[in-house]
Amino acid sequence: MAKQASIEQDGIIVEALSNAMFRVQLENKHEVIAHISGKMRMHYIKILPGDRVKLEMSPYDLTKARIVYRYK
Amino acid sequence: MIYLKSDEEIDLIKASAQVLGKAHGEVAKWIKPGVSTAQLDKIAESFIRDHGGIPSFKGFGGSGRIPAFPGSLCISVNEVVVHGIPGNYILREGDIISIDCGVLLNGFHSDSAYTYPVGEVKPEVMDLLVATKKSLYLGIEKAREGFRTGDIGHTIQSYVERLGYSVVRELVGHGVGRNLHEGPEVPNYGSKGKGVALRSGMVIAIEPMINLGRRSIVQEADGWTIRTADRKASAHFEHTVAVRKNHAEILTTFEYIEAVTANSSLMVNA
Repeated sequence: MAKQASIEQDGIIVEALSNAMFRVQLENKHEVIAHISGKMRMHYIKILPGDRVKLEMSPYDLTKARIVYRYK
Repeated sequence: MIYLKSDEEIDLIKASAQVLGKAHGEVAKWIKPGVSTAQLDKIAESFIRDHGGIPSFKGFGGSGRIPAFPGSLCISVNEVVVHGIPGNYILREGDIISIDCGVLLNGFHSDSAYTYPVGEVKPEVMDLLVATKKSLYLGIEKAREGFRTGDIGHTIQSYVERLGYSVVRELVGHGVGRNLHEGPEVPNYGSKGKGVALRSGMVIAIEPMINLGRRSIVQEADGWTIRTADRKASAHFEHTVAVRKNHAEILTTFEYIEAVTANSSLMVNA
């Protein structure tokens, strides 16, 4: 059975929650809860509200996302 | 998650794949005009259970409004790309039917698919089937250590696009193991040298889904069936492959299918 590919989107951080979770607003105005990816944690990349980030979302649950990149 | 499998675990997947291959062969015997897709599903389900396996797809997925998948086979006819639900549709001469099946045996899944022509089909559609099957084998050649998922996707994409077909983007191949879908994702498009690095011990399902017309797809209201937006035909072939150091080991088999189709018009010669 084919799997649906994960969706990449951009968003802006609205609010920092605890445990490295963030509320992110997508370009289509939806808000999702996203967590920082392990690779970013490993390299100590900090994220603050207002940053533009790239998200990875599962097509199977559109309320959750993973932050994979912080744009300059 | 990407799980690496030991040789013993790969043998268990191979055993599951053998039952799967034979189930495909059993279904292949019944593909002709006048048969309903629900009948094919029943044949597959009883065959799999008689051999001690469990159909991987039955009861899979589903959340909220969308029910779990109700069949043991995904039966996708003509413009349906994948995940067609078996029902009352009666096969007609000139149709193409794609059968996707998975078997859970001894804790491991296997996943494979084959697209059959029903009776005489238009030559351009037959060419699509041959090209899709060939693209699968070309992609499999890259499933070895040292290559990446992007290499597999690039190979499939460049081969079929050169022939004028299009590659579905939203659906991808995947890792296979104790779960039906695992990491990595194996898209059927890509760039050389990009993607997840393939390591010995990975088991992946490579499944090119190629459209005769344009690549856009549409999901139907039942929450599962996916068809081409322009309603032109779509083909789908899939093998479960173990990545090894210097070669790819194909775990699933089409030999039982081809034993049945060899002397009939169902043969897809790649």
